[in-house]
Amino acid sequence: MALSLMEGNEAIARGAVAAGCRFFAGYPITPATTILNHMLAMLPPLGGTCIQGEDEIASIGFCLGASMAGLKVMTATSGPGISLYSEQISFAIGSEIPIVIANIQRLGPSTGSATRGADGDVQFLQWGSSGGLPVIVLAPADVKDCYNLTAHAFNLAEQYRSPVFIASNKEIAMTRESLDLDELKAPDPVARAAPPPGRPFLPFQTAEGEMVPPFLPLGGRTLVRQTSSTHGPDGYITTDPAEITRMLRRVQSKIDAAADRLAILEHHPVAGADTLILAYGVSSRAAAAAAEDLKRRGRPAALLIVKTLWPVPTAAIRRAAEGLRRILVVEMNLGQYVREIERVLPGQSIGFCGQMDGRLITPETIVEAVIHG
Amino acid sequence: MDSLLNAARPPVFCPGCSHERITHTLDKAFQAMALGGERIAMVSDIGCSGLFDTFFNTHALHGLHGRALTYAAGLKLARPELTVVVTMGDGGQGIGGAHLLAACRRNLDLTLLVLNNFNFGMTGGQYSATTPADAEVGSGFLNRLERPLDICSVAKAAGAPYVVRCSAYRSDIAEVIRKAIEFKGFSVLDIWGICPGRFSRRNRLTTKAIGEMLSQLPPFEGVVPENQRREFGNHYRELAAAQKIVPPPQAIPARFRPVGTGRQEVILLGSAGQRVLTAGEILCLAGLHAGMNVTQKNDYDITVLRGPSISEMILSPQAIGYTGITRPSVVVALGPEGVARRKKLFSGLDDTCLVLQASDVAVPGSRARIHRVDMKGQGIKGADWALASLGVLAKLGRVIRPEMLEAALADRLRGDALAGALEIVRRVEPGASA
Repeated sequence: MALSLMEGNEAIARGAVAAGCRFFAGYPITPATTILNHMLAMLPPLGGTCIQGEDEIASIGFCLGASMAGLKVMTATSGPGISLYSEQISFAIGSEIPIVIANIQRLGPSTGSATRGADGDVQFLQWGSSGGLPVIVLAPADVKDCYNLTAHAFNLAEQYRSPVFIASNKEIAMTRESLDLDELKAPDPVARAAPPPGRPFLPFQTAEGEMVPPFLPLGGRTLVRQTSSTHGPDGYITTDPAEITRMLRRVQSKIDAAADRLAILEHHPVAGADTLILAYGVSSRAAAAAAEDLKRRGRPAALLIVKTLWPVPTAAIRRAAEGLRRILVVEMNLGQYVREIERVLPGQSIGFCGQMDGRLITPETIVEAVIHG
Repeated sequence: MDSLLNAARPPVFCPGCSHERITHTLDKAFQAMALGGERIAMVSDIGCSGLFDTFFNTHALHGLHGRALTYAAGLKLARPELTVVVTMGDGGQGIGGAHLLAACRRNLDLTLLVLNNFNFGMTGGQYSATTPADAEVGSGFLNRLERPLDICSVAKAAGAPYVVRCSAYRSDIAEVIRKAIEFKGFSVLDIWGICPGRFSRRNRLTTKAIGEMLSQLPPFEGVVPENQRREFGNHYRELAAAQKIVPPPQAIPARFRPVGTGRQEVILLGSAGQRVLTAGEILCLAGLHAGMNVTQKNDYDITVLRGPSISEMILSPQAIGYTGITRPSVVVALGPEGVARRKKLFSGLDDTCLVLQASDVAVPGSRARIHRVDMKGQGIKGADWALASLGVLAKLGRVIRPEMLEAALADRLRGDALAGALEIVRRVEPGASA
């Protein structure tokens, strides 16, 4: 067997290119910068475009323009950049512009600590833009996930015409690890669905029973309109409450109703467990080590690693938690995703094991929280 | 060529608004160029100028306030054959000022029409970046405190190759717009007009007065000779085509026997400039040559050539989950900053741990075995201490073997750099236990 050495950010860049990404724009920010570096090395010789914007707002704006022209696009930043993206993100949500956004989280709030990790943006990614409509957020746990989930994210962005976030963390992004290249598997690329022929094209019209409007690129032979205004199927501003409701309900339910299909989790049940450790991102690795340790100590605990954070994989979480006395949520923040677990599992005992000080949560901390929590 | 105006959606501007005149003028310019609507993208933002995209049978992208130039750039880079016309008001110009400067510097083939009517029309006539200090607007006295922006002088200073300042009422305005669109590069038109709904209700502004004001300013009539240069998109594609394809990641087969059968954790504690992170990567590559799983987790300050530089490596025949250091096998003390940052680590070390102490770098007391290497005395430069410490580990048979290390160096370095590194790891004296 042969192994390679790769950091998470390189894996995100390679996964994106494998998925057909041909346009990237970003603004330097630790710990996301190496994605920009890798995309700049990879895209131009493939005929793609990689641009450093004058700021974050421009970088995502370039991507939205290029996406509307039909390209698969990605941008990458950290929490402070997501703040600046916010208004453009709500544009991409409401106007159904496919884009993959890598957020390499660092210790916040605010400027925080550029070179320290955290998972402090997991609620922000879902709710940090105006209008309160759903998005898709995938959380990698290791370098392999960075590649595979990024490639998958491109397909989801195309299929759902939605922003899809990769919620990474400095501790995965800038940590190198060995991996077998055969484990990197980009799914077959999916393209945006083109409209059926023979009917006049309306940019936001969906067929009966369909949730996502077909796409034609801006700049092709058929005229295409895109707008950030509240719009009807024709892409013109509308004030008709019924039309507004139809449009916004559809944008909401195209994601929410697909929660089961979008759910990616790893469940490790174990006989004799009374506790479920629920973790995501880099902390899920400490959780897995803690579960091993607990098994050795004769106090086995089940483990659920959540990789689709949003929409919350409610059904899968409920199945994994069924019959267990206690659910321990482990996350590298002061208590964010635990709110979703409390919502999803009313009446069950929910514990919280969190930390946000620039250090990884250790397996020992989790073991302690299981035994003495 | 037929009009591109959308008969179903006629302009909805206030009676007497200069925007309506520009709408018809722009249509004339398109007709004169014989462009079909499918060859044009109208990009607009917020405010009255943001209505423009709805009046034309062209491609259209209407987005956030002040950000129209960002979408236009993405569109143009993705579809260079498209004619991209951006409309923006003085409001959008103000909020998106950074994008205007960058667009001037970049010189992508876009045409920007700034429909400058000296105030925010839609929100109640507040002052904008171009409101005269003596105007009466909806912002109380605030506009009296600030100086209006000279868009054209700024655009010229930022490198715009084509700049026009003109009245919306100029008789040849359709020609002016056509020439700007035909210019191969970024063109900016600062078009002064009247906002009857807000601005001219409280300020006496006539077409004649606009003409007189413009005549007192330095003229901008198109090509700016000193800013002529290559168009960004064409230049980008030419440079991009000359870039080399990035090879797939290197896969390293296991060729050597590993040291030990368990998880081994190594920490390099150094100072910026000692190439600690590179040494850490080489240690990991050495591990791959023996079929080990590896991780490298770095810790550093935001400063570049000052401060601590720390690299934590794990080599293990088993899969590595948790990437933190739990029980170090080796701690390499290379610099006082790194040691100081992790001084709490030492009290927890046990007697199976080796502390490799470079020259006179002081280390806190611990139960670990101390091994001293006189880097200075051997004439090894500070930048090579981390590398030399790998040579010491290989010679001691801790974590790696010499053949693993030399194979790793050959992966990472070439030519003279490789020869120099091999010389250092071969010649370094392994030192002695303290």
